Amino acid sequence: MATDFNFLAGGEAGQGIQSVGMILAKSLLYGGYHIFADQDYESRVRGGHNFFRVRASDREVLALSEDLDLLIALNRETIDLHKSKLKPDGMIIHDREQTQFEDHCNACLDVPLNRLAMQAAQNRLMVNTVAVGAALGLIEYKSAFLESALKKAFAKAGDKIVADNIRAALAGFDFARQHPSGQQLKPIDGAPRRMLLNGNESLSVGMLAGGCKFVAGYPMTPSSSILEYIADKSTRCNVVMVHVEDEIAAINMAIGASYAGVRSMVATSGGGFALMVEGLALAGMTETPVVIVLGQRPGPATGLPTRTEQGELWFTLHAGHGEFPRAVLAPATVAEAFVIAVKALNLAEKYQTPVLILTDHHLASSYNTVPKFDLKQVKIERGALLSDEEVSRLTDYRRHQVTDSGISPRALPSQGMALVVTDSDEHDEAGHIIEDAATRILMNEKRLRKLRGLQAEISAPMIKRMPKAELNLIGWGSSYGAIHEAIELLHKEGIAANHIHLSEIWPFPTEAVTRALNNKAKSIVIESNATAQMAILIRRETGIKVSGNILRYDGRPISPKYIIDNLKKEVS
Amino acid sequence: MNMVTLQDYAESMHIAWCPGCGNFGILQAFRKAMVELHLEPNRILLVSGIGQAPKLPHYTHGNVLNGLHGRAIPEASGAKLANLELTVIVIDGDGGAYGEGLNHTLAAIRRNIRMTYMVHNNQVYGLTKGQASPTSDLGFVTKTTPMGAGQPLNPLALALASDVSFLARGFAGDIDHLSSILQMAITHQGFALVDILQPCVSFNRVNTFQWYRKRVYKLDEDKSYDPTDKMKAFAKVQEWPDRIPIGLIYRQERPVYEEQFHALKELPLVKQKLDPLDFEAHLDEFM
Repeated sequence: MATDFNFLAGGEAGQGIQSVGMILAKSLLYGGYHIFADQDYESRVRGGHNFFRVRASDREVLALSEDLDLLIALNRETIDLHKSKLKPDGMIIHDREQTQFEDHCNACLDVPLNRLAMQAAQNRLMVNTVAVGAALGLIEYKSAFLESALKKAFAKAGDKIVADNIRAALAGFDFARQHPSGQQLKPIDGAPRRMLLNGNESLSVGMLAGGCKFVAGYPMTPSSSILEYIADKSTRCNVVMVHVEDEIAAINMAIGASYAGVRSMVATSGGGFALMVEGLALAGMTETPVVIVLGQRPGPATGLPTRTEQGELWFTLHAGHGEFPRAVLAPATVAEAFVIAVKALNLAEKYQTPVLILTDHHLASSYNTVPKFDLKQVKIERGALLSDEEVSRLTDYRRHQVTDSGISPRALPSQGMALVVTDSDEHDEAGHIIEDAATRILMNEKRLRKLRGLQAEISAPMIKRMPKAELNLIGWGSSYGAIHEAIELLHKEGIAANHIHLSEIWPFPTEAVTRALNNKAKSIVIESNATAQMAILIRRETGIKVSGNILRYDGRPISPKYIIDNLKKEVS
Repeated sequence: MNMVTLQDYAESMHIAWCPGCGNFGILQAFRKAMVELHLEPNRILLVSGIGQAPKLPHYTHGNVLNGLHGRAIPEASGAKLANLELTVIVIDGDGGAYGEGLNHTLAAIRRNIRMTYMVHNNQVYGLTKGQASPTSDLGFVTKTTPMGAGQPLNPLALALASDVSFLARGFAGDIDHLSSILQMAITHQGFALVDILQPCVSFNRVNTFQWYRKRVYKLDEDKSYDPTDKMKAFAKVQEWPDRIPIGLIYRQERPVYEEQFHALKELPLVKQKLDPLDFEAHLDEFM
């Protein structure tokens, strides 16, 4: 029997729920578990209801599960809201003094969190640490892993904070150990050491390892943590991160930096990207590489700032005035975000054009265990960038020289004697402003020719076929894990489904998608939006009309259970 | 040091400004400044927005990023941070600098990145054929402001209030004087704003060469004027329209933005090697 254990820690904003979740997840990581953890929070700093789900399994997990084994309730609301999701043998940890919860079930453990925090560390704020300890004690986990997690989490805060937290956690742990639940979670021996990180961290690591040297940004959920991570690394990794006056400045600065020769990136959400759109077209016209990370959240306008959606697929495909080549990539998993970041930097430079990375709040903020990234696999490809030696041999340099591929040799300003001239106006090969029709046609066609090469770089969708499949389940971006797991669950019920997943969306892999859907199975597109944007895109690009859609647009992430419940409705 | 001559900054294409445009004088002053500073065209980066003035980079030589309307400043800032060895000069009009891009202008003044901002201020939109600009005189009637333009912005006062580190005003009709201002601006350690009075011969029949000639006077001829005295500078930028001071208005030493970045201490970003393995040590944080 596979082990699959789900925790949910809940409370108000300000009670340290994120900290509970992370320490729990790290403790389980050290015990060899695979983790998937997601966060649900409101757009407020204090109060409200926040929760953090941690799923631990002895096999790879890529999606959340809604069925809970252990509820860690730092307030009454957490119990009221999530009790119904507990499995039959599910348990609750709470402090009755706080929750006034009198339901005398066997599965409830009343832990005097407040009292233990005061006794162990003379600090009421450590209630959350006591709760983590109690949760792990209740399932007889190994306390050494909890201690390691606390040491790592609070290392920067100093020895005293570490020691206090360990005492608080062990107080909770020991208390719960005296009330065994009968359920146990044993560390897995011999598991390889893995990394635990969220989508934004994975993307940021990919950017830094991939040679991104310049980032400009204006904070916006869910992408602020990318800016913060890179700012935190700026000294040790020699990166410039500028907190700018607005998103318009962000993209134009990134374009300026890239024109001068450094790999540059911006990260925002839909509202910020809306402001960047004119700059996107500038990158297209001036053939300047730039990578734009768009972490989607529900819109329109401010929408639901701390929740998730995939409502900006069409926006990213069509944003920008005029016609110019672009690539749109949408990582499917935390692990893939790293790979896609590197690929985006390379494509932007090879094709001298903007590349968009479309993520969403769910991927950005969910944590997953991944094998340690192999940095030796990271290849930095700078395309037609000329070496100093090549530049020194140039006589008549034309930045926008017309070529068969549409890609012009790229010199940098002050690299040699060559003058690098470019213009947002239509320009000639030398980069100077023009008005004549013949040059316009020449340059327009030159730029658009780059799409051919770009098309060849786009990977086919990930396809997992099942024998005698009745269904093709099609997804894109962050829903990968949920669809993957839904297919496994369907298989147990005797329903065979293929999985077709796009994480590289534009230029659209028309041939591969057409081939994948060319079977007798019923095709259903699963996406987090209300208008079935991918389904329409598939029809537009392949002519194939899918049979159905599973859509979610309440701001919550697609889960395996959501897919199965809706599939049953769709099929019946 | 190579000899730099006016020929190095000769016209690179046919100039499309109106005959008699104030921009010709500014272009001449710019060329003269480059020659006197011995700056070769390959070492300078000219960034411009959209308008008549922002066409200037096309009419001379240098590296050129002719970007979007109002966005020249962020484009230039990114390029400067990427390569500190570039001498960055931004060329804009009053529409780009004080209208569409005002937020960036103020942000750049506050940051104090080393670059020169030449604002050709003709108090009217020339490229789009004669609409009011943020600096048009009160009541200036144009096709988009038939009721007359509203209260004009005083960009110099705004720059001072934002603690600008170098502020000067030049006049397109006095090429030598403007050239010397540009030389001061380009050698200044920080962000330099040079507002340039530029008569528009097609759309501004009020603020003409003659109108300016009657009113401008040179601050540097007044030995008692101290350009490090901010309160005196504030008084000077209020003088309009009876007498209009030109020359260096204010200068102060302030920390330069780019110096705060560890990443820029040794080599310009663009010259730094990219090695994915450098990141290896940071992966442990996730384990």
